[in-house]
Amino acid sequence: MSTPMTGPVPPDHPAHDPDPNVETASAIARGELGDPALQDSLEQGRTGGDGSPVLEDPVLTVKDLNIVYEVGKGVHAVQDASFVLRRGEILGLAGESGCGKTTLAYGLNQLHRPPARITGGSVTFHDRDAAADVDVLALEGSALRAFRWSKVAMVFQGAMNSLNPVLSIRTQLGDVLTTHRPQMDRGERRRRSEELLELVGVDRGRIDAYPHELSGGMRQRVMIAMALALDPQLMIMDEPTTALDVVVQREILQEVLRLRRELGFAVVFITHDLPMLLEISDRIAVMKQGRIVELDTAENLYFAPQHPYTRRLLGSFPSLTGDAGDFVRAGFSGADQEATR
Amino acid sequence: MHLLRKIGFYLVALWAAVTLNFFIPRALPGSPVDAVLAKLALRGPVAPETRQAIEVMLGADTDRSLFQEYFAYLGGLLSGDLGVSVTYFPTPVSQVVGQSLPWTLVLVGLATTFTFILGMVLGTLAGWKRGTWLDSLIPATTILQAVPYFWLALLFIYVLSVNLGMFPISGGYDYTLVRPAFDYPFLSNALYYGFLPALTIVLSSLGGWLLGMRNMMVSTLSEDYILTAEAKGLSPRRVMVMYAARNAMLPSVSGFAISLGFVVSGSIVVETVFSYPGVGFTMLQAVQNNDYSLMQGMFLIITVAVLAANLVVDLLYGVIDPRTRARG
Repeated sequence: MSTPMTGPVPPDHPAHDPDPNVETASAIARGELGDPALQDSLEQGRTGGDGSPVLEDPVLTVKDLNIVYEVGKGVHAVQDASFVLRRGEILGLAGESGCGKTTLAYGLNQLHRPPARITGGSVTFHDRDAAADVDVLALEGSALRAFRWSKVAMVFQGAMNSLNPVLSIRTQLGDVLTTHRPQMDRGERRRRSEELLELVGVDRGRIDAYPHELSGGMRQRVMIAMALALDPQLMIMDEPTTALDVVVQREILQEVLRLRRELGFAVVFITHDLPMLLEISDRIAVMKQGRIVELDTAENLYFAPQHPYTRRLLGSFPSLTGDAGDFVRAGFSGADQEATR
Repeated sequence: MHLLRKIGFYLVALWAAVTLNFFIPRALPGSPVDAVLAKLALRGPVAPETRQAIEVMLGADTDRSLFQEYFAYLGGLLSGDLGVSVTYFPTPVSQVVGQSLPWTLVLVGLATTFTFILGMVLGTLAGWKRGTWLDSLIPATTILQAVPYFWLALLFIYVLSVNLGMFPISGGYDYTLVRPAFDYPFLSNALYYGFLPALTIVLSSLGGWLLGMRNMMVSTLSEDYILTAEAKGLSPRRVMVMYAARNAMLPSVSGFAISLGFVVSGSIVVETVFSYPGVGFTMLQAVQNNDYSLMQGMFLIITVAVLAANLVVDLLYGVIDPRTRARG
């Protein structure tokens, strides 16, 4: 699999959020993007060199999930979505804007808001720490709140807006711990928060900072630290890097891959950036108009896409060197393009 | 350092206000000496010596330059000498101001603060539970705000005081029963007398706070950090207060700063309708009697009050919104 480049690779896990430094900029200017060593790095990050962290037992089973926006005649945003997510697996969720991928992901945690309503199907969470499975859609009130974040954490699209501007990082990290781990005292919360910041490569001295004092990349790292606070078994990431430039984007992705390897959580990763998904995902679900039209391993999806829409999606990303639509495979013929129209 | 700079800025503003306060009355037509003589002439013939005596009293007899007078004025201010009131002759202006100020500060200050807090709380709830019966609070309070201030006051007096006899018609306390002092009889009496004016202020300004806060709540609730807070599994109460209301109230706090500044001056109508012995009522008396030194004293107090309220809210704003905090 030839890895598409989205940017040069910066040093690993810097303690500070670096500005795109001079060296990186000049590397781009000199056109040294074709360095094969750099290209392989994410691939290695995913497998970690010593095999995949994906286990065989499932963490989440979604069966025939239907979500409808009850406006006008009703918009069927998610139709009969079914998939099984294995422990430690990264499942990519790709598709164009408005295809229902975010609605689907929010439904997994009952985070959808009216007028959206789940009209059918089931979401079952297979808890590592408890014998019984959790019927997520049956949860409500305090049981639902206790389930949220401790089992399924989320990282949202707007790194800039996901943090409350008037509360310090310490308060916002502490909020999670006070709510879900009420037995922890002040000192323990502080220690845990600092530990989490270091885990994602943010200096522990920044714990008293406010969101506006951090760069976009650092805020997203803080969000990831917050998501890790309760050692969740599943993390839903809704376009976590879309608002970031490619350099920071790559750092964050490497961070996520490393943490996944170390901590073993599964990830549902939503983005419209299919090349990026191909790099990081174990499996990819392609959505179109509320349906999962194709679900397969990244390799299969890349080399042998079955659904015409998948082919069209793959064909719509430009290559750095070839013609438009030439990004993926040589042999992506004009006839294929015709067929997808 | 930051605090010192802020206080320095307010001192400069205060100096500018004091200076304007000195020059503006001098630019006005008419003379205070003539005003006093006219007032005296109502009681009977005025002897020429009287005119001279009044000139001496008001400091209009000397040939000092404007510049010298300005410094004499500043010196007088520092020693608390604001001149003599014509209306309440021969009481010094500082004493008149000192007597009326506490009434206004307590009545209008407390009423305004209470309205603000009530508006924030109800606005938070109405925004949080939008689409429920709480939404009907908005048209109800806006109607009360649309009704003219004095008309509402007169209505209350007519219904509650005159017809039902539940409240006194006018005044700050019953001077036949109690004397101003910090004891229970006086304070409870003052509270009884102040209730109706305060109710008028609360009802006639609640709608604005409520509407503003409710709408800010609704738009804040669609922010990403609210969704994050919900995904974090926080209790609804914590999400509502610390994540939604904390952010939604920021614009209202600026508005509160402005309205606090007008606490001292903005009560003329209510105090007049209720004959309440506060600053507004005194100011009306000063204007009606061409009492320049009293007016000057009043303006000074109002200016200082506006500046002080702004300084307080300026500092408070730094506490509630970290983005406005300057950090070294």
